Amino acid sequence: MLHPVPTLKETPSQTAGPYVHIGLTPNFAEIRGVYDADPGSTMLTEDTKGERIIISGRIIDGSGAVVNDALLELWQADADGSYVAPMGPNSNSAPAFTGWGRQPTNGEGVFSFETIKPGPVPGPDGRPMAPHVNLWIVARGINIGLQTRLYFDDEAEANGKDFVLNKIMDPRRRLTLIARKEDGAVPRYVLDIHLQGDKETVFFDM
Amino acid sequence: MSGIILPGADGALYPRNRDWHPPANTPGYKSTTFRAPKHALLSLGGTASELTGPTFGHSSLNPLDNDLIRNYSQDGSEAIGQRLIVYGQVLDENARPVPETLVEFWQANAGGRYRHRKEAYLAPLDPNFGGCGRAVTDENGFYSFRTVKPGAYPWPNGGNDWRPAHIHFSVFGHAFAQRLITQMYFEGDPMIWQCPIVGSIADKSAIDQLIARLDRHNTTPMDALAYRFDIVLRGRRSTMFENKLEGN
Repeated sequence: MLHPVPTLKETPSQTAGPYVHIGLTPNFAEIRGVYDADPGSTMLTEDTKGERIIISGRIIDGSGAVVNDALLELWQADADGSYVAPMGPNSNSAPAFTGWGRQPTNGEGVFSFETIKPGPVPGPDGRPMAPHVNLWIVARGINIGLQTRLYFDDEAEANGKDFVLNKIMDPRRRLTLIARKEDGAVPRYVLDIHLQGDKETVFFDM
Repeated sequence: MSGIILPGADGALYPRNRDWHPPANTPGYKSTTFRAPKHALLSLGGTASELTGPTFGHSSLNPLDNDLIRNYSQDGSEAIGQRLIVYGQVLDENARPVPETLVEFWQANAGGRYRHRKEAYLAPLDPNFGGCGRAVTDENGFYSFRTVKPGAYPWPNGGNDWRPAHIHFSVFGHAFAQRLITQMYFEGDPMIWQCPIVGSIADKSAIDQLIARLDRHNTTPMDALAYRFDIVLRGRRSTMFENKLEGN
């Protein structure tokens, strides 16, 4: 099959800088009254189907310091493993679950998403991938957004067969993507993201 | 018989040209030192997780969201500074417009001061300027907003580094793997070429893609200058449903 050569070049990335929260989570940045709510701050509605969970962790740099000026976006499938169909441009009825969340890290470098556990999504070969969420991270000192995934440690069998996890040659590095479950009224899955160092998270070129 | 090309359909995204983007570690921009991953990125062909993405309708916006001169003001007073219209087209690498996608922007005020509690620059805040806005592209991929020209400002990197006037942009596209954050600069600004963050990009023609052009044709007489800034997101290879040997 012949593929066309792209006619334009992608606009180059630049760092989101130290004040990304002004633009993307203004209410968190104490800029009030411009947006009713920060986009992506709430992922759930009463009608969302699926098991309520919290996904949280810290972002840590290569010196061991927490990164308190980062911004994360999360993109995930619904409880059935489907990505939500796009909304019409003038649609007034938001779906019960959009699958998209956006959160800042706080002063302690901690992020937290209230969401549902996603179902398994078919991989390229038609076999299911293990349940996962996709993460995108920007901050001062990050020249181009970092893309990674978060998996769940109570899905060991599915994780063992996941084609993405199995692409990671060093099995120890696979663990950098697998969140640890902490039981509670709402189960919490915890994963620290290390930008650099011995525990550096696996990041993707996708 | 020619092949049927479905824009934005099932084709994989063109691989990202990492030489065109800044590398993770750029010593001239010191904040990258401890924040740049050192392992090579793991190549991952797109799955449904990367080829889908969130969408945003026009109905989710407020009327003043794309007017930074007015959207923070409590009483209708306007922000101080050189009045600008910034507009442009969001396209993909195949030069197809990207309609109905969210574009967000943020910036310092006319004096070069951000409204942020960690900001220590001595230039004053403008009580009528918040510094953030957003728009959804129209059916032809165009966005526009009204603002004031941001000031240049000094920042703690080298001994006396200054950022050129710039506006931050965040763009979605229709696939999560198209997600992009960048900065727009202004045509003719000599400060562009001495900035360590601009200099994180190696190729001068890539930097040129970040420089908005003064557009006299779209100025508003007796009101605002206009700058045009087009944004290109990753494109998809076309999916062919019939054999076609010529290029497409």
